[in-house]
Amino acid sequence: MNTANMKSRTWKKPPFIESPMLRWGLVVGGAFYLALAFGTMDVNWGRVADGIPRGQRFVSAFFPPDFVSRAGDIFDGILESLWITIISTVAGIAISIPVGLGAARNLSPRPVYLASRAILAISRTFPEIIIALFAVKLFGFGPFAGFIALSVGTVGFYGKLLAEDIEDMDPSQAEAVRATGAGWFQWLNYAVQPQVMPRMIGLGMYRLDINFRESAVVGIVGGGGIGATLLTSFDRYEFDSAAAILLVIIGIVMAVEYSSSYIRKWVQ
Amino acid sequence: MPVTETASDKLWKRRDRKTQLTVWGVQFVCLMIFVYCWSLVSEKTIWEFVYDAPRQAGDMASRMVPPAWDYMDKLWLAIWDTINIATLGTLMAVVMAFPIAFLAARNTTPSVVFVRPIALFIIVSSRSINSLLWALMLVTIIGPGVMAGVLAIGFRSIGFCAKLLYEAIEEIDTTQVEAVTATGASGPQILHYGIVPQILPAFAGISVFRWDINIRESTVLGLVGAGGIGLQLNASINNVAWTQVSLILLVILGTVIVSEWVSAKVRHAII
Repeated sequence: MNTANMKSRTWKKPPFIESPMLRWGLVVGGAFYLALAFGTMDVNWGRVADGIPRGQRFVSAFFPPDFVSRAGDIFDGILESLWITIISTVAGIAISIPVGLGAARNLSPRPVYLASRAILAISRTFPEIIIALFAVKLFGFGPFAGFIALSVGTVGFYGKLLAEDIEDMDPSQAEAVRATGAGWFQWLNYAVQPQVMPRMIGLGMYRLDINFRESAVVGIVGGGGIGATLLTSFDRYEFDSAAAILLVIIGIVMAVEYSSSYIRKWVQ
Repeated sequence: MPVTETASDKLWKRRDRKTQLTVWGVQFVCLMIFVYCWSLVSEKTIWEFVYDAPRQAGDMASRMVPPAWDYMDKLWLAIWDTINIATLGTLMAVVMAFPIAFLAARNTTPSVVFVRPIALFIIVSSRSINSLLWALMLVTIIGPGVMAGVLAIGFRSIGFCAKLLYEAIEEIDTTQVEAVTATGASGPQILHYGIVPQILPAFAGISVFRWDINIRESTVLGLVGAGGIGLQLNASINNVAWTQVSLILLVILGTVIVSEWVSAKVRHAII
C-alpha cells in the first residue's frame, strides 16, 4: 500500500454473490426467464379491464359486509369447519405417533424405518386439496371427506417432525431408563415421551392452526365446512356475504393463531 | 418427583396425585370434545359410502394404471404455467414484502404508532387467507387464467415473506448499524450498508423457501380456474379419465420433488 494510491482508494460494498460469472449468469438467466415467462403468459387484458368494476363492487362490499342475511349458513359452516379441524387434528396426531416412532432411525429397525418414511413422504407431497378431491370421490360430499384429507396432511406433517425430534433426543436419558430394566413401552413412556412432549404439544397446536386454515378451503372441492358456504356466495355474486365470510375466517384464524402461540409459550 | 415410602420399600411415581388427576382431567375433557365433534360429523356422513370406499378405491386404482403417457404432450404447457405462477408470484411477493417488512420491524419502522399497525395488518390479512381463497376472489374479479394465479400466490406470500423478514430485521446486530451511523451515514445509507447486508442471506433463504411452498400451492390453483396443472387435473377428473389423472399426479409429484431439491440446494449454498 503506497501513499500515492491511498487518496484515490475507495471502498465498495462486496457483492452478495462473490463470483462475477455466477452473478451475471444469474442476472442474464433471470432476465431471459422473465422475458420467456411473460411472453408465454396469455392474459386477456380485455377481461381484466372488465373485471375492474366488478372488483370495485367486491371491495365496496367489504364496507359494510353483510353478516345478517346469511348468518345461519355462515354459522353452520364455521362450526362444521371447527369440528373438522378438531377431529382431524386429533385423529391425524393419533395415527402419526406410531408412524413417527417407526420413522425415527434410532428407534426402529431398518425395514420399519423405510416403510414409515415412505408413508410420511407420500402423505406430505400432495396438497390437502388434492387429497380432499379424491376423498370426496371416495366418501361422498361432506365433512367426512374434509376430515380424511386434513388427517392425511396432519400425519405427514406431525409424523415427520415427531421422528426428527426423537432422532435429536438425548440418548443418555434413554440409556439410563433402559438400564433399570424397563420394558419397551416403559422405556417409551419414561425416556422418550418426556423429552419430546413439550415441543410436540406446541406443534400440535400449530397444526390445529394450519388445519383450520385448510378446513376453510377443502369445502371448495366438496369437503364440507365454511369453504362450501363461501363458494356458494361467490357463485351467486353475493359479494357482501362473501366479504363477511372472509372477515370471519380472518378473525378466527387470528384468534386460533394467538391462542395457539400462547399455549405454545405456556408449555415450553 | 413423589416418592411414597411403604413399610418395606420406596415407591417412585412420575407425578404426584394432584398433577396426575389434573392430567387425567385434561385428557378426559379433550376426549369429550373429540367425541362430541365426531358425533356431529358422523351425523352428516353417509356411512354406506364410507363402507363402500375401499372397493371404490380399488376400482379407481385399477383404472389408473397404466398412466396415459401420451397425454404428456398436453401437460408440458401446464407445467410451465404452474412454475411461472409460483415463480412470478413469489417475485411479486418478495418485491412487495421487502418494504413492508421494514415498515413492520420495530427498529426500522418510521412510526410505531401509525405505520407499524398498518404493516402488521397487511401481513396478517394476507397470511390468513389461503391462496385458493385469493384465487377464488381474483378469478371472479379478473377472470380465469394464469394472471389470477400469479396474483393469488403473490398476495398470499406477501404476509409470509414480510413476517419472516421483519423478524430477521428485528434480530440484526445493532453494533454494525451503530458503526455505520458513526461514519455520518444518512438514513438510506444506513439501510443500505448497515442493515440490508445483514438480512440478505435470510431474505434469499425465505424467498426460496416460499417458492418451494408456492410450487406446491400453484398445482391446485387450477381447481378454481386460476391456471396451471390443476386445470388439467380438474378436467380429467370430471371426464373420469383416470389414466390421465394418474399421469398428472405423477407429474405433480415429480415437480414437487424437484422444487424441494432445488430449494434445499440453494438454501444450503446461501446459509
